[in-house]
Amino acid sequence: MTDILITGVLLGATYALMAMGLTLQYGVARIMNLANGEMLVAGAFGAFWFFSGHKLSPYLAMGVVVPAAFLLNWLIYRLLLAPLVRRAKNRGQLEVDSILATFGMSFVMVGLFLTLFGGNFFSYSYLAVPVQIFGSAFGLNRVVAFGAAVLICGGLYALLSASRLGMAIRAVAVDPAAAALVAIDVPRVSAFSFALGGAVTAAAGVVLSSFLTLDASIGVMFTMKALIIVIMGGVGEVRGAVLAALILGLAETAVATLIDPGLTLAAAYALFIAVLLLRPQGLLGRRVS
Amino acid sequence: MKRRSTLKLAASSALVGSLPLLWSVGAQAAETIKIGAVAPKTGPLAGGAAVTHWPSIKMWVAQVNGRGGLKMKDGSKRLIELIEYDDRTNPGETIKAVERLVTQDKADFIISPYGTGLNLAVAPLFAKHGYPQIAVSAITDKTGELAARYPTLFFTLGTTTAFANSVAEVLAKMHKEGKIGNKVAMVNVADAFGIELAEAARPIFKKHGLDIVFDKSYPLGTQDLAPVMKGAVAAKPDAFVAWSYPPDTFALAELAKIENLNVKAYYSAVATCFPAFSGKFGKSIDGVMGAGGVNLDAPEMKGFFEEHKKLSGSDADFWAGPVTYASLQVLEQAIEAVGAPDRAAVTEHIKKASFKTVMGDWKFKNQTIENFWTVGQWQGGKFNGVASTGKAGEKPVVLKTGW
Repeated sequence: MTDILITGVLLGATYALMAMGLTLQYGVARIMNLANGEMLVAGAFGAFWFFSGHKLSPYLAMGVVVPAAFLLNWLIYRLLLAPLVRRAKNRGQLEVDSILATFGMSFVMVGLFLTLFGGNFFSYSYLAVPVQIFGSAFGLNRVVAFGAAVLICGGLYALLSASRLGMAIRAVAVDPAAAALVAIDVPRVSAFSFALGGAVTAAAGVVLSSFLTLDASIGVMFTMKALIIVIMGGVGEVRGAVLAALILGLAETAVATLIDPGLTLAAAYALFIAVLLLRPQGLLGRRVS
Repeated sequence: MKRRSTLKLAASSALVGSLPLLWSVGAQAAETIKIGAVAPKTGPLAGGAAVTHWPSIKMWVAQVNGRGGLKMKDGSKRLIELIEYDDRTNPGETIKAVERLVTQDKADFIISPYGTGLNLAVAPLFAKHGYPQIAVSAITDKTGELAARYPTLFFTLGTTTAFANSVAEVLAKMHKEGKIGNKVAMVNVADAFGIELAEAARPIFKKHGLDIVFDKSYPLGTQDLAPVMKGAVAAKPDAFVAWSYPPDTFALAELAKIENLNVKAYYSAVATCFPAFSGKFGKSIDGVMGAGGVNLDAPEMKGFFEEHKKLSGSDADFWAGPVTYASLQVLEQAIEAVGAPDRAAVTEHIKKASFKTVMGDWKFKNQTIENFWTVGQWQGGKFNGVASTGKAGEKPVVLKTGW
């Protein structure tokens, strides 16, 4: 039982990491970023490159990868997405446009990965040693990833709820038009949120690369998972996304242990459908009036 | 009017600019043999194809062109012109690309695609247009039936039952020699390959006196396999068998190490023989068994790995990569024996002749290679073949001692 709890929470933490960036990008910048998984893979590639080429711990590599991802995402928003935002007459149109644009971007990124890194699997061993928690063994890399997830999610939550910038971000998430009326620079806050979301996603990629095996075209798998979690948690809700990620992690682990590992995906999607039916706005989402 | 003249100007300047190029292409065009290649460069199977499929093709083309091309009957040599398509691991795309190679590119020959499903999807097309299809990464028990239906289809890598059989024999022998008990934990990826192997394995393991104490499947692409490994550990098996794909092969080994899965025989299927696998785990995977294997001491293997690294830029694996290369050697030798890009004659030649390949001497029986490697084992940083269907040079199996 404790095994299920701990394994489930560790898995939930990795899910939370995957989804945190998209929460910001979709919830605040209103960009449904289908290239989210590719950004995660880019972060992982960065970590892999530092680890295999320079013997640098992935957590140190974050110091380079995360600012680079922030800058890259800021540029992507400014150059590629801001024109779409300006053009869009309403939220629905922006959603459709951004889905198409970022879908295209995901192909471009996969192509770039292929040319730069090849299609090979990349994987390295980092902290793959057991630690004993309540008498059973868990991978240290997963436990450390859990710590990173707590730090990143906690940091984001603190930023959003306790700082002036965070309040501006939340205001834009709730109503961009009204936020502009109280002198919030909406385009700037949106660009910042998108860039921050990208940086968080890349950080997640760095963390996940320490125990997952990845290749250039695996990004879409992460996008799917992140989408489910973001929608389950409630759009733009950091706490909701964390809650949804933990529920998914626990449910998948419980089903895999008690019933059959073959049913994990079925369990995840059954939960997703249940949430959509009972709380279409997401676990902690506000009902759209 | 104005637009037309600009257009003319542009066209003529383009023509002038490309004249030397045109000339050289024209000079070559008469001499090349067009060979098409369709396989995943993106999508779920791209990672595997990037290891065992594309590099072997690259190496082969570089080698053949390096010595002046394929020798024709009249003594001339023709360079290979390779046309590559990415099918995005989508059978629909594979079919479209093969049709394009046949009708648009007018390819002389087409290299067989990658993956069982993608190979079978295009087998009717190859047969309809009369292109020989020397399939490598296609493992099925229906080889006889399929070969009878498609006269252009050849199999080289083995059959499902043979792989399950070999694993059972290896374990049963270890049990009989008193080295391990008879309790086996078996897991499989819930995909055609894993399901077929697990189903084949159940009765075979039983027949060999092995007791399956843990038997679970997991969805394709799952890397969070902690519950699976914890369950396997709790069943206290003497041997662990995973009919796995990459990337779960990697995930299972890492978890086995973390959970300290205490077995004396550990087997995982696809990608165990990949260079990335030993790159990740180093010495700790010594004694791990996997699908495939090669005879590294065979004279024909000599120099293969160095040459592969030099010409393709990546390390070769110890199974499908060399077999893919061998299948291209068959194509090369058949074309040179016929001395012309005559597809019907080349197909007939492949059916009847025997070939000297990097995997040893090959002769197709009912369009199928019947002697192939089934189980290999990491021994001192090398992946040696330890079981096969009648190959020379099987190494003795060693016990897995800790991680």
